Amino acid sequence: MSTDDLNSPEYKDKIPEELQGTVAITTLDRIYNWGRRNSLWPMMFGLACCAIEMICTAAARFDFARFGMEVMRSSPRQADVMIVAGTVTKKMLPQVVRLYNQMADPKYVVAMGACASGGGPFKEGYNVVSGIDKYLPVDVYIPGCPPTPQALIYGLMKLQQKVDKQSIKEVYREAGKEIPIPVLGPDIMDPRDYDKIREYTLKKAEAEAQAATAAESAQSA
Amino acid sequence: MSEQVVATEQDLLLSRFPEVVKPDERKGYDGYIVDSKALLDFAKTLRDDLGYDYLSSVTGVDYLPEGKMEVVYHAYKTTGGAPLVFKVQVPREKPVVPSLVSIYPGADFQEREAWDLLGIKFEGHPNLKRILMWEGFHGHPLRKDWHEPYYEEEHKPYKSRWPEGKAFRAEDRNPFGKNVDYPAGFDPAKWTPDISDALIYEGLGRIEKPHDDLPTEQIIVNLGPQHPSTHGVFRMVVTLDGETIVDLEPVMGYLHRNHEKIGERNTWLMNMPFTDRLDYLSPMSNNFGYALAVEKLLGVKPPERAEYIRVIMAELTRIQNHIFAIGMFLNDMGAFFTPSLYAIEERELILDVFEAVAGSRMMVNYFRFGGVARDIPEDVMQKIHDLAFERLPRRIDELDRYLTNSEIVRARGEGVGVLTAEQAIAYSTAGPVLRASGVPYDVRRAEPYGIYDRFDFDVAVRYHGDVYDRYLIRMDEVRQSIRIIQQALKQIPEGPIMTGKPQYQHRVPPGESYGRVEGPKGELGFYVVSNGKGNPWRYHVRAPSFINLTALAEMAKGHKVADIVVILGSIDIVLGEVDR
Amino acid sequence: MDGTGILKGLAVTFKRMLDTYIDDFKRGKKRYYTEEGIRYRQSAEVKGIFTVQYPEEKLPVPEEFRFVPFLVYDEGPNGERKDRCTACGICTKVCPAQCIWIKRATNPKTGRPVPRSEEFYIDIDMCMNCGLCAEYCPFDSIKMDHDYELATYDRHKDNILNKERLLKPASYYAQIRPLNYAREEEAKRQAEEAKRKAAEARAKRMAARKKTATPPKKKDNES
Repeated sequence: MSTDDLNSPEYKDKIPEELQGTVAITTLDRIYNWGRRNSLWPMMFGLACCAIEMICTAAARFDFARFGMEVMRSSPRQADVMIVAGTVTKKMLPQVVRLYNQMADPKYVVAMGACASGGGPFKEGYNVVSGIDKYLPVDVYIPGCPPTPQALIYGLMKLQQKVDKQSIKEVYREAGKEIPIPVLGPDIMDPRDYDKIREYTLKKAEAEAQAATAAESAQSA
Repeated sequence: MSEQVVATEQDLLLSRFPEVVKPDERKGYDGYIVDSKALLDFAKTLRDDLGYDYLSSVTGVDYLPEGKMEVVYHAYKTTGGAPLVFKVQVPREKPVVPSLVSIYPGADFQEREAWDLLGIKFEGHPNLKRILMWEGFHGHPLRKDWHEPYYEEEHKPYKSRWPEGKAFRAEDRNPFGKNVDYPAGFDPAKWTPDISDALIYEGLGRIEKPHDDLPTEQIIVNLGPQHPSTHGVFRMVVTLDGETIVDLEPVMGYLHRNHEKIGERNTWLMNMPFTDRLDYLSPMSNNFGYALAVEKLLGVKPPERAEYIRVIMAELTRIQNHIFAIGMFLNDMGAFFTPSLYAIEERELILDVFEAVAGSRMMVNYFRFGGVARDIPEDVMQKIHDLAFERLPRRIDELDRYLTNSEIVRARGEGVGVLTAEQAIAYSTAGPVLRASGVPYDVRRAEPYGIYDRFDFDVAVRYHGDVYDRYLIRMDEVRQSIRIIQQALKQIPEGPIMTGKPQYQHRVPPGESYGRVEGPKGELGFYVVSNGKGNPWRYHVRAPSFINLTALAEMAKGHKVADIVVILGSIDIVLGEVDR
Repeated sequence: MDGTGILKGLAVTFKRMLDTYIDDFKRGKKRYYTEEGIRYRQSAEVKGIFTVQYPEEKLPVPEEFRFVPFLVYDEGPNGERKDRCTACGICTKVCPAQCIWIKRATNPKTGRPVPRSEEFYIDIDMCMNCGLCAEYCPFDSIKMDHDYELATYDRHKDNILNKERLLKPASYYAQIRPLNYAREEEAKRQAEEAKRKAAEARAKRMAARKKTATPPKKKDNES
């Protein structure tokens, strides 16, 4: 990053001409984000096919070390970006949410590929979560099945652009907020939905009972 | 196998089991129907007297209109030849079948899968728990009368798409806005989770046999599902005594994407791109297996040129899969990233070929029934030529110099994770795992498909059955694959690449079919049943990675905890295929 | 176990490191940021640094490369759009993920369907980029795009593509898939030629028949 990029545009004119190119005036936000955007550490966390493309992106040919992302951490505690690479299944979902909760703030989620964004071709499956954004806040969606490594890098650059625009004040506002971990019952259950589930199942039971009595009376008649 | 042998086999089976064993006489079907009472004796006879020592595939079929559940078994001889298919039919309301685990331990996970997805109870199974879904899930999803929350219609194409199509997202029609459904009368407040699973999570310590007067504790450690060494979302529940592994239980299903349920809604052709996503490291092999299974039913044969293209693509897939597997295996050993960087470089060049020919690096969707989707362009042919004759042999030699004699690789690999030949056969392992244990069984030789009988290659085999041998065997196989590609490139004729006109709606004659290929991970089989309609009635994948895991516990016992990672790496699993 | 194996292995890595310098030196500036350089790094001879400096230089995609589908329209002489799509619905029938929705247009007067789509949607959060729709489209109307830079911040707004976003001119298609385009145009030209010839032949036959058969009306009645 040259001093020109570091300069905040609104202060650029205030630098004396002889010092231009040597001195930069910037805002705290800008320099703070400059540091953050160039050291986004993704979590080493792959789910399905897209994970293989993510590995290829990390490997020699596409090499996202060029963006300061080479340190893929296996522990969520040391990671800033969770690249949800692949189909999220209901069985895996509690773990994904738990991993997200354990990440350090400020944290970002990239939904890589059709499956992570919206269920993908497997959407209709009984064990598939139709989009991780039903549970986690997603910052960037990358379409494609799977996105090529270059498409992934493009998405990560979009994330960097997003980081650029944030201000320190906002970034930590949500810090420490945890997402309730879904529970594996007869189907996946969001703890926030419990009342709704009860209402729904009771209604369903009633409807079934009614149908049964209707069938019975029809039979006896 | 000659006709005569088949005849005597049949005579023997029918005479030894009168009344209870009958030939399957439905049109398009093959094999025997065995009464469930006689199943154990029948299987014992097969294994001990007839030499069918290898139980390859176990699966269930829900014949809803007839009110029957059927369990289908495919058994082979490890000396080669066609399968012997036998089936057990039970009533749908009370599907109980004796378990074959005592005779063929390789049936373990497959029977659990049939229980999980179809609700067929296997009597005498030592651990009949759900395997792909979790304990407590409502219903058995592969039953034909079970509907998923986003259920729209029995079969694709859905009517809502055309001519009155108005785009919607399925979640918007669900009361919860999510892909969920709950049984009637269920109350989350009164519900208690299944304890057996929770116990594993807790990682309870247990005091067991004290030795040297010291009370020692065994602890349970969870590896995965998020763990850098598990090659995806796979979990191992390991019981440790100190650092020694006492017991290991693989837990899977974290990537269960309902491949089979979706496959039964799809039309025949629609399944082709879905097969790419099974073992996403070797899509061409998956295409190959599925195409074979359906072509058997359709009775079409691809033209000469297409056959050669298929072989070239399948072998390129094997090479890129194996070098990637070697790279990742070295990662698991702790040589973090340099060997895999070298391996991925070669893989990228092969992926370029796939991208130019099929259109995508990984999800190729290249095979069609009766041929392939498009021809190989001239310049790509040249590139394959360059790779097969120059670059790959050179690079494999380099990888060999780099790794094979390294003291670290040898020290961590030799004598670790040993599987004897008998165990390998009993656990129905396949591919490199089986051959590294000294069983020279390769489907390309045992029951040649396509045009594999025309090529001159050796079936790679090693005899120690340890981790190091499984590494070596992948090296050997890459070399053999290069040999095959070289021969194919020399022999490939000009000509059409498709038999008949390309079509998207196939009328497949009723019947069953089992197509199997030697995938990079082992024997990949597709069992399909057609009822003459536009969609498969049953679509089952015999996934080699999944079944190879049956032997994982046996391999890991007695070793140190750090060795599990290497042992798992040497099996080379891909979760897309394990969980489907 | 004397360590020679490790040393030999290290020699391999050392040689690869040297290779990067030698290759850089040999090829000089041409190695990076030039088409030739990228082609070399894609070829089977490549040695040394393998990296493609993505946003600055892009790996060229082959002609058959497929990402999400798009619709082709022909440009009329006055720049008006002529959709190739006739709303026949074959793409919706082959789509494995069922991510295509087509509303067929109807004639407002008669209420009969006309060969034109009124609405066309593709949900790219379901699309599996398999290319079957493009392969089986009889009108060369739906094709697979090469543009992979599609990342967005909001999928609910951006990822259901409507007709407006799907339609792209035939010239764009000709540019990304020149060989396919040429082949299809040639096939179309030939089909038209054959049609024209058949029409001509028919006209000739009719003319000839007119000459030979005296009362043409009567003949018609006979047949």
